[in-house]
This record gives sequence, C-alpha cells and structure tokens, in this order.
Amino acid sequence: MSRAAALEMRNVVKEYPGFPPVRALDDVSVRIDHGELIAVVGPSGSGKSTLLNVMGTLDRPTSGVVSIDGNDTATLSDKQVAGVRARRIGFVFQQFFLLDGMSAIDNVANGLIYQGVGLNERRERSAETLKRVGLGHRLTHPPSHMSGGERQRVAVARALVHEPAFVLADEPTGNLDSKSTGAVMDLIAGLHEEGTTIAVITHDTKIAASLPRQVTVFDGRIESDTALQSSYT
Amino acid sequence: MTPVRQSPTLASRLRPSDVLRVGASGPRARKMRTALSALGVSIGIAAMVGVLGLSESSKSALLDEISALGTNLLTVESGVGIGGGDGSFPEEALAAINRIEAVEIASAIYDVDASVLKNEFVPNGQTRGLGVVAASQSLLDTLNGSIDEGSWLNNATSTYPAVVLGSVAAERLGISTLTQPTYVYIGEQYVEVVGTLEEFPLSADLDRSAIMGQPAAEEFFESDPAPATIFARVENGTIDANRALIPATADPENPEEITVSRPSDALEAQAAADDALTTLFLGLGAVALLVGGIGIANVMVIAVIERRGEIGLRRALGATRAHIRRQFLTEAVILSALGGAVGVALGIGATYLYSSLQGWRVIIPSTAAAGGFLAALFIGAAAGLYPAMRAARLAPTEALRA
Ligand SMILES: Nc1ncnc2c1ncn2[C@@H]1O[C@H](COP(=O)(O)OP(=O)(O)OP(=O)(O)O)[C@@H](O)[C@H]1O
Ligand SMILES: [Mg+2]
Repeated sequence: MSRAAALEMRNVVKEYPGFPPVRALDDVSVRIDHGELIAVVGPSGSGKSTLLNVMGTLDRPTSGVVSIDGNDTATLSDKQVAGVRARRIGFVFQQFFLLDGMSAIDNVANGLIYQGVGLNERRERSAETLKRVGLGHRLTHPPSHMSGGERQRVAVARALVHEPAFVLADEPTGNLDSKSTGAVMDLIAGLHEEGTTIAVITHDTKIAASLPRQVTVFDGRIESDTALQSSYT
Repeated sequence: MTPVRQSPTLASRLRPSDVLRVGASGPRARKMRTALSALGVSIGIAAMVGVLGLSESSKSALLDEISALGTNLLTVESGVGIGGGDGSFPEEALAAINRIEAVEIASAIYDVDASVLKNEFVPNGQTRGLGVVAASQSLLDTLNGSIDEGSWLNNATSTYPAVVLGSVAAERLGISTLTQPTYVYIGEQYVEVVGTLEEFPLSADLDRSAIMGQPAAEEFFESDPAPATIFARVENGTIDANRALIPATADPENPEEITVSRPSDALEAQAAADDALTTLFLGLGAVALLVGGIGIANVMVIAVIERRGEIGLRRALGATRAHIRRQFLTEAVILSALGGAVGVALGIGATYLYSSLQGWRVIIPSTAAAGGFLAALFIGAAAGLYPAMRAARLAPTEALRA
C-alpha cells in the first residue's frame, strides 16, 4: 500500500535520565494504519504509557523516528507539534483531568480552544458531542458533581469534539465500574466504526481480547503484536 | 474513514479573547484565594492613591489659605533682647511703621488686662482660653478678615465698651446670633457685642479673642498703650526691603528686639513638611504594594504546582509552551488588576471621606489613580513572570503524572 501509516514508530528508544537511566522504550517499532483499533497491554511499568505519550507527541523519543501521517515529528517545532495535538489527536486519561472550576460543556470546549475556534462554535459543538456520549442532560454541571462514569464520558467528549483522526486512551476505564466501562468502550467501538484510528491501553484482558489487534509491551519492548502473527517468549 | 483534511503542520493557535478567558478561569474557580491575593496589592495601591489624594487636597487647602492671607503680610513683634530693652514697642511704633512708604496699611493689637466671660456668675478665671485685646480700626482690612454677623468697630464703637468676637470666642461664649442685643462680661462690666468674625487666616489667637477699640480699652480698662503686635501689609516686591527697614523704624533704640515674620512662610513650611510626610507614606505604600506583589508571585507558584495536571492536560489539548506562559501571566495580571481596581476605589473613597471631613476641596487624584492601576498591572506581570515560565517549562508528560 502506498499510503503512509497513520502512526509509525521506528527503532524508538526512550530513556528517562537518572542513575542508572531508565530505558522505558527499548528499540520499539510499530506501525498503525488508518482506521485501526488496537489494545496495548502489558504488566505495570512495562512502558505502555511511555509508548502512548511518545506516539502522541507528548514526549519526544531519545532516538528513533515517530511519524504521523508520514510526517516525521522530529522535524516539527513545539508550535507545530502542539498543532498536531490540537487538530489530529484526542487524548483520554485514566484520571480524567477535568477542570472543576468549569461546567461540563466548557471542559469539552477546551478541546477546541487551541485550534482558535470561536466561543459560540465551541459551545455548540461541545453540546452536540456531550449529547453523543449520552450527557445531553448534564451540559452545565461541574464535573465535581458527576459520577466517575459520567466524568470519563465528559473526558471522552473532550477528546472527540475536534473530530481527531487519532484517539489515544491510557487506561480510560481504569477507574470505572463495569457498567461505565461498557459505556466508554461502546463509544470507542462507535468511533472505530466511523474510521477513527484508536489505541487503548488496558489492563482488562476481556476488553483487550475484544479488540481487533493487541500489542503486548514487556520491559520496554514489543513482546507480541497480533498484526505480525508472531510472538517471542 | 476520517478524511485527512488538515495538514498536521498547522500550528496551534489561541485567540486573544481566549487568552483572557483561560487566564480568568483559574481565579474564577478559586474565588477566596483570588480575593486574598488581590487584597495585598489593593492595600498598597489604596495607601498610595489615598496619600497622594489627601496630600493634593490638603495642599490645595493650604494654597487657598495662603492666597486668602496674602504673601505680603508681615507680622512685627517685640521680644526681650540682649540689648537690655524692656521687650515692648515704643508707643509711637505703629505710626512710624505707617509712615514707611511701601507699607500699604498697618495696624496693631494691644494687650488688655481683663478676661471675657459669659456673665457675672461665671467664676473669674474660667476664661476658656479666651482673651481680650484692643485693636486699631484698620486691623480687619490689614488681616483680610471678614465679618460673620453685625459689624466691625467704627469711630463710635471704638470709643465705648463694645467688642467684636473672634469666631472661636463667639462659639465658646455661646453666642450664635446677634439679632438680640448681646452682652459679655469683661472686667467688672457688661460690654455689648457688636459683631462676630469669620475665622482669620492663620491668626488663631485673634479667633479666641474679644476685640475692642483701642480708645475704649484705654479709657475703660487697663490696657497697655504700647502695641503687642503690629501687622503690616506692604507693596508686593518690597518684602525683603521692609523686613530690613521695619525694626529700626519701630524701635530705633533697640532694633534688635524686633522680629519681623511672614505668616505665609509658616504655611509654605507646612506644605513642605506635608510633602515630606507624603513621601514617607508613599514609600510605605510602595512597600505594601511590593509585599502584595510578592504575595501574588507566591500564590502563582503554588498554583503552578497544584495545577500541574491542568497544565499537562492543556498541552495534550494542543497548548504550546507560549500559551501556558500567557495563561499564567494573564492570571497574575488579573489578580493584580483586581487588587489595583479595588485599591484605587478605596484610595479615592478615603480621599473623599477625609477631605470632606476636613472641609477641604476634594481633589480626586486622577493621575495617582491611573498610575496606581498601571503600577498594579506592572507588579502583577512581574510577579507572574517566574511562575509562568516555570509552568511553560513543565514537560507535558511530567505534568500529567499527577
Ligand atoms: N519521568 C520518569 N522518570 C523516570 N522513570 C520513569 C518516568 N516515567 C516512567 N518511568 C519509568 O519507565 C518505565 C515505564 O513507565 P510507564 O509509565 O510507561 O509504564 P506503564 O506500562 O504505563 O505502567 P502502568 O501500567 O503502571 O501504568 C517504568 O519503569 C517507570 O518507572
Ligand atoms: Mg501507565
């Protein structure tokens, strides 16, 4: 296929400075095509979050190449990399990271603010997205008055409001009960059907097994990748 | 499949109106902390604006007083000198001074050995700080005094027991109107009050006196025939020459006993002293402002530490380092602007209140107010600079590891 990969990492190393330095990613190569939905699994401390952060340009690799839509991110300035995050990527985190001082709708609208979208359009699109995640009745609630499941759906709405090409979710259901987990995973499945490229870190083996592709990280390396039909033990 | 509509190299962008909105979101979410950190700045600004406003108002009051008094009035007094004189003027001193060509008008007051009481039943000695003096008829004109009620001494009332009361004397003697014939008790007799005076500019002694004509004082009371004090109004531009000339003219035998002073000098000295005091308080206000600024810097450093998660999140949502820096800088300036606005309002309020209580013309210190507000903005920007740079330096992943 001539088309560039959606996300690609080639020989990526990420070391955290220290004595001794921690090699959180050790020569990782992975390619994710447009429209894929993958699960990233592996034991605690294996490097999953690091992988996702480097992939999503939140962190720069120590060496190796990270490219998005065929563009090497190393060639982009801080402003441009931020632009990539603002327009192309939606993040969902285990701890939600909602701002308690503002309503659900304004939290979601923050997902558009760094694209320079005007206030009215931000609010309109945020309201629509909140309806889409089933929170049309909670638009003006502050997150502090919401349940964990509702909060994560607000956070998902914030990640979706700018219609990103990529959604990167780091244990989005880690703090949720099974019912809320189901709701969030249904949203992710819906996005996948619409063609969004998604990577989800999860500890939940059932969730991982239900996704089309699983990438297993161990000790900073990709231990197995179902797309490659191979595994090393 | 989501179409690739935008090039990934499109930079992230935060509208100016959103810089303000984002900067205000922190203070809005933490109202108590916002109020307390703005308070420090507002105290400093209020002190500075208030001090400047009060000093301007009081100075304008002093200038009014100086112009009412006139700068060409000289006061001539006689004291015991080393020359062995008796410390009093010769009787003809006033006439001599009046003969000086540059003296426009001169008059004298004379001590009268008597006290003024409301009536004969008040025990002698309870003078309430009031005194009795005799004066030449020209006194009122010489001092630019003015009549409150009734009339000043004339040829007739100067020669029989009648008095004009200074403003304080009238008040202490309980005389508020002269519609009925009114008397006070001086020496052993009742004396008619023919007039009351407005306050004299800078002559509090006369305000506390009952003033009678000099001929009447000599005839009916024990009065010193030699002047106690002589006032002379001289032609403008001849003040220094007259200062030198007057002592020898007034008392040719003991000129060194004579002192000539210029009452407006005292007011000008007071204005200068007020200036020094103003500078002192202004300095204190500046220190308060500085402390307020440090308070804001402190609060901002704490905010940056507490809100690492928010910083990381915003970076993940596409904020650049510059956007984060701008957000926290704006936040600091908002805090100080709030403090500045409240401080300016308090300072103007204090000026207004105190000036009106003092009876001064209220001068709203508009330059001080504008300057104070700008100073607050500047302090906020300075206080926010370091915390904002720290916030911007934070790596997104570090900030998100809450
Ligand atoms: N900022 C950092 N400085 C030093 N070491 C770090 C830093 N961040 C992560 N590490 C180390 O890198 C390794 C990978 O961390 P990472 O957070 O990616 O693991 P993870 O797979 O996401 O774990 P978990 O499932 O517990 O979230 C760990 O050993 C961790 O201690
Ligand atoms: Mg992790």
